[in-house]
Amino acid sequence: MDTKQVPESLQRIEVQIPDRPLWRIRAGLLWESFKSNWKLFKRNRVGLVGLVVIILFAILGLAQPILFATGVWDAKIYDVRTGNDTRVRIAEMTVVANVDEVIDPTSQIDRRRLIAEGENVQVGDVIQRELKHPWPPDRHHLLGTDPNGSDILSQLMYGARAAFGLGLLAAFVTVFIATTVGSVAAYFGGWVDSFFMRFADLLLMLPILAVLIVASSFGRFKLWHLAIFLGLLGGFGGTAIVLKSQALSVKVKPFIDAARVAGGNNWRIVTAHLIPNVMPLSFLYVMFSVTGAISSEAVLSFLGLLNIQMSWGLMINKTQSAGYLLNPATWWLIVPAGLAVTLLAGAFYLAGRGMDEIINPRLRNR
Amino acid sequence: MSGYHANAFTKGSPLGRYVIKRFVQMVVLFLVFFALSWIALQAIPGNSIEQQLRLNPNLPPEAITQALARRGLDKPPLEQFWLYTKAFFTGDLGVSWSRYPQPVSKLIAERLPRTVMLFSVALLFQYLIGFQAGKYLAWRRNKRGEIAITIAGVSLFTVFYPWFGLMMILLFAVKLGWVPTNGFIVEATWRGAPVSANHVMVIMFFSLLAVTAFIGLTSWASSRLDQPNRRRLVKIGAWVVGLGGFWLFWATNQYLVYAKDVAVHLVLPVSVLTMVGFAGVMLITRTSMLETMKEDFVTTARAKGLSEAMVRDRHAARTALLPVSTSLVLAVATVIDGGIITESIFGWPGMGQLLLASVVSEDIPVALAAFSFTGILALLGHFAADILYGVLDPRIRVTSQG
Repeated sequence: MDTKQVPESLQRIEVQIPDRPLWRIRAGLLWESFKSNWKLFKRNRVGLVGLVVIILFAILGLAQPILFATGVWDAKIYDVRTGNDTRVRIAEMTVVANVDEVIDPTSQIDRRRLIAEGENVQVGDVIQRELKHPWPPDRHHLLGTDPNGSDILSQLMYGARAAFGLGLLAAFVTVFIATTVGSVAAYFGGWVDSFFMRFADLLLMLPILAVLIVASSFGRFKLWHLAIFLGLLGGFGGTAIVLKSQALSVKVKPFIDAARVAGGNNWRIVTAHLIPNVMPLSFLYVMFSVTGAISSEAVLSFLGLLNIQMSWGLMINKTQSAGYLLNPATWWLIVPAGLAVTLLAGAFYLAGRGMDEIINPRLRNR
Repeated sequence: MSGYHANAFTKGSPLGRYVIKRFVQMVVLFLVFFALSWIALQAIPGNSIEQQLRLNPNLPPEAITQALARRGLDKPPLEQFWLYTKAFFTGDLGVSWSRYPQPVSKLIAERLPRTVMLFSVALLFQYLIGFQAGKYLAWRRNKRGEIAITIAGVSLFTVFYPWFGLMMILLFAVKLGWVPTNGFIVEATWRGAPVSANHVMVIMFFSLLAVTAFIGLTSWASSRLDQPNRRRLVKIGAWVVGLGGFWLFWATNQYLVYAKDVAVHLVLPVSVLTMVGFAGVMLITRTSMLETMKEDFVTTARAKGLSEAMVRDRHAARTALLPVSTSLVLAVATVIDGGIITESIFGWPGMGQLLLASVVSEDIPVALAAFSFTGILALLGHFAADILYGVLDPRIRVTSQG
């Protein structure tokens, strides 16, 4: 009977308790923060350029299996390793005196070989001949073919998938380890901290390329072996140091003390309070780690140390072993692959810088 | 005097204690690194030395056993490690296996000046250009050109470096023929030369160092002068005297022909290294400048009515130099590892190529020496960077907590 005496303001508070389940409230909050962060990210056009390039490469990588499945591309012709276009392509070729004078193999042919084949030609003659691979770009092969007759565009698309797979796996291993190690080292301090930080120093001392060469000699490296290896090196190495310093600045915040006073044990404080607040920076380092992993893979497969189907570095390696490396006339063998590594690695870096401005308010515009 | 020193480095200053603690950790870390390197190199499957010897049909089995015994390979691994460690720390680096019987120390003494020459010039250009570019980039925030420069810079920073080097060789050496494609000298020029290439390089290095130091120190000293006109005069004078002295020194030098040969071979690798490396410096400087520009003392400088150029160069840029100089120290520390690709592409026979060749051919004494060398450089670099941070920025206090 007394309810009528309760002040109006108190009644209103009771009504306001939401009836939605907790996860939906959390999802809503997440969506809100995503929207505001996206607005910040969009304002920084550098990050947006990176994101667009990443999406373009993702489409390129995903398009290849679709092209095969829908029959637009025949696997016999367009497979990255075994594909070979056996059609006969006729080209006009100028006869030059000997092999050394052949600068452009797609439009010049040496006289000695023709004479050995029983044809009587003079230097300077223009003759019709079947063109051997590598073919320059045309309607069927938008980026030409390699010396074995496989399509360059198809290899490029496969390489995009390989780069995404390797880069993201390596980056997530790196950041997972680095976040855990950094938070634990920062929270517990003392000998735990010393141990992990000196271990990080040890990894930073290593001449990375030489170590990778040593590691690859233990058996031919597969792509995911390399990804895990790079992830371990980065995760216990440089990234752990950066994330530890971030965790240190979180550790001294009052809410950590509050959690301890409230009776939270170490495990709970680290997993529920420390790590979530280191996470934004971790995401940033995912981006930078992808850049590093893609570059490392390209260098290693350029040196021919990986056991993989196809990748951008391997495309250049194969060009080198076929002897077309320093020839401007066959540019399509080396330019697209090198450009792809540069663009995708750069795009992840640019996107990372865009995210940096969200996470680090001191970089934002005045 | 000695009492004063002991006091300063043990009890009194936290910096002294920190230095000692770090030094002890560094020694321990190096021992671990040394042992791990040895184990990793030993564990490479297949013993290439033994295989090479066995493939030679002219060698009787006794000769093979003898050859292995000469290299100490007949002993159990632990004893090998102990013997090697003992020799290493008494200054005996052993002999190379693939270039038997050249001593490892001689190989390193031969290769090191070349790497130092190439990378000192490249780092000089990288940091000069990168710092200036970063400064302007931060100052022109959100103005026209910032995005273009940032994207160009990042593309150069993350470029697939071996490919980029090859492209530059293709363009400037093969197509245009301005510079040699690879190598570090033309042998014909040096036939009957009265001096070794390394000797000329050492002279080149020190003359360059002297000029850079002279110009740098004079410009720095000139910024203490009050009158802008006099300051400009001293700065221009420093450049004229420095470059003039450099020209005079080489014009009258009997080794000019040889120095020219080396210099011509330096042009392409140095340009490529500068193009790839300056962007990294630029981005660090930009971030550091942006953070510095939020500081109160920059606002104060503006409020005093100083010109924008003055605020930028004398207030913001100087504080922003800190992370840049740290990154320079770290860059020096990783020169050999970073040199592997550069030296392979440009055929520059330096430490990087030595490291690569020794690892590939399982020449363990050379590989271990090169590993240790990079390890020591990296340790000293990190140590120097830490100390530098503490000395240059008084706000950062070194605590004894590791």
